[in-house]
Amino acid sequence: MFLDLFYGLREEGVPVALQEWMTFLTALRQGLHGSSLLRFYHLARACLVKSETYFDAFDRVFAHVFQGVEGALDDIADEVLKWLADPKNFPNLSPEELAALERLSADELMQRFLETLAKQTERHDGGDRWVGTGGRSPYGHGGQHPTGIRVGGQGGGRSAMKVAGERRFRDYRTDVALDNRQMRVALRRLRQLTRTGLETELDLDETVDETCRNAGEIELVFRAPRKNDVRLLLLMDVGGTMDPYFEPVSHLLTALHEERGLREFRPYYFHNCVYDQVYSRARLTRADAIPTADVLRRLDDRWKLAIVGDAAMHPSELLDAHGGINPHATSATSGIAWLHRLAAHFERAVWINPDDAALWDQTYTTRLVRRLFPMFHLSVDGLGDAVQALVGARA
Amino acid sequence: MPESNGFHRFKGTAGYIASGPLVDAVNCAVALERPLLIKGEPGTGKTLLAKHVADGLEMPMLSWHIKSTSKAADGLYVYDTVQRLNDSRFGGGNVADINHYIKLGPLGQAFAATERHVLLIDEIDKADLEFPNDLLRELDEMRFTVTETGAEVVAEKRPVVVITSNNEKELPDAFLRRCIFHFIEFPDAPLMRQIVDVHHPHLDAALLDQVLIKFYWLREQNELRKKPSTSELIDWISALLRAGVSKEQIEGHIPFIGALLKKEQDADALQRYDTKGGDYPTRWSDLGPRYNQ
Repeated sequence: MFLDLFYGLREEGVPVALQEWMTFLTALRQGLHGSSLLRFYHLARACLVKSETYFDAFDRVFAHVFQGVEGALDDIADEVLKWLADPKNFPNLSPEELAALERLSADELMQRFLETLAKQTERHDGGDRWVGTGGRSPYGHGGQHPTGIRVGGQGGGRSAMKVAGERRFRDYRTDVALDNRQMRVALRRLRQLTRTGLETELDLDETVDETCRNAGEIELVFRAPRKNDVRLLLLMDVGGTMDPYFEPVSHLLTALHEERGLREFRPYYFHNCVYDQVYSRARLTRADAIPTADVLRRLDDRWKLAIVGDAAMHPSELLDAHGGINPHATSATSGIAWLHRLAAHFERAVWINPDDAALWDQTYTTRLVRRLFPMFHLSVDGLGDAVQALVGARA
Repeated sequence: MPESNGFHRFKGTAGYIASGPLVDAVNCAVALERPLLIKGEPGTGKTLLAKHVADGLEMPMLSWHIKSTSKAADGLYVYDTVQRLNDSRFGGGNVADINHYIKLGPLGQAFAATERHVLLIDEIDKADLEFPNDLLRELDEMRFTVTETGAEVVAEKRPVVVITSNNEKELPDAFLRRCIFHFIEFPDAPLMRQIVDVHHPHLDAALLDQVLIKFYWLREQNELRKKPSTSELIDWISALLRAGVSKEQIEGHIPFIGALLKKEQDADALQRYDTKGGDYPTRWSDLGPRYNQ
């Protein structure tokens, strides 16, 4: 039952490892949670969760695992209270045992923990969930005194369940929330450092080596400073079905413009699908049109391609010649052919889709596009994965 | 079963109001001898915390402020090769003794000290992505070897390590696993009153009410590019007090807006709101339900 918290967190995608769990148990053994559920909650969070983006998931799991704890308290029989109050019932560990415990490997310790848990369940069957939490394992010892559970926190009478139930950290979830700053953090990984250009930086290690080789006469060695070598071509779908996503997409564009580290960055716009022309400005007038073939000719395969769009359109817009719905530009080549060319031209390309990932497979054209480009959701997590696909090591 | 290991407990200090969970996190880190990782909005007192932990626990403090060029090894020690080379060519110094050219960094000093120190590693996210990984072993075992001399520095008293991060970069998982984590939430109004009281004691209650209402109202405005934080509030109150602004004067508008809003666009937007005759809240009930419990 206590382990439900651990596995519940893992199921929710919170990266909790055994190491953190052991830290938490050690903290409990030292009685750091005092005698209140609220402090128990804070202690568990401090030990197990390492990013505020997971606080919401933690709150949900905690509320689920320990739900009804407060209500059930009223039903706890006196004998359980007595059992809790009697220190004899806690399987105390002698210093020798403790020392032995510390030598155990993590796996064994977990095994021992599970065994102890099982044994005690038999002996003390049916007990309330909370009692299980507080007293069933030597590691999880704590024997939270039940009266301590309702806590007068600073705000006056806030309990851990209420704190967990409030879910104040919802805004920090990375799979939904997006703002300019978070995007910049995600995009910061978009870099491949190489040494090119003028040799202006003193290479101290080389200088020392060369000087030694030179019998002590100082020989200065210079090298080129490290610079980001990423060139990014961004193609953005504008108008129509993309209008609801104006805000996140413009955040993305701002973040990319502000990302000074990029060696070169070129954004172009299109509507629904890429055809013979792309546009240098989002208003998509004929004056801004640039032949897509020219773009491909000018940018070699060292460039990275990111396409932002929902990939949802009428099948004919993607598959037919003259399929584009822009009356100013007709295109003898179908959209899908252009997408094929783009995917073949650039070594690394990604498609960033603002639509919810669950919807992707419901649209025929999105399914087709996904066969050509790895698709990522326009969220902090998705963006991080997309960046990884652009510059990371190949899987 | 020991209730506590008898270590010195941190309770907050007169100059620093710490919330209950923060105190627990600090004590947890002290007791388990794990690094404490502190995140939170800028201006919520992350860096100050270390100083006050040191005060509260009556330990000396060392700080290591991380820059984008910081390397993990610099925190342990620096071997001043250039100085030695210079000495060897032009005389001076004891060139034969390499120890003269080994300078311990903040982490090295904390390990070498005979007294338990509080070590602040400030803004760890400023450094290279690999930086925290390079510190894993040193923070775990609290020992390192000076390669040049073969001497090993072992921490007799494991320092209390406080690490702050502004979230500019993700920290590696292996590093996070070793830390106790606390996220400093933005203080709510009652806590903010206590914080203000520390910096500006004996402030008129009605004036403080008006100040806080305006402050939280500003923070509720999602259009703002940079929301004012605690440190800006404290500065603003100093400015108000110096100018002798009365409670009535801040009911109708917000003087010295430059102390609160640091972005030009934000200040402009508020100016426009002001000239258009926009209303400012004067009672807590004018703010959302969150402030009226």
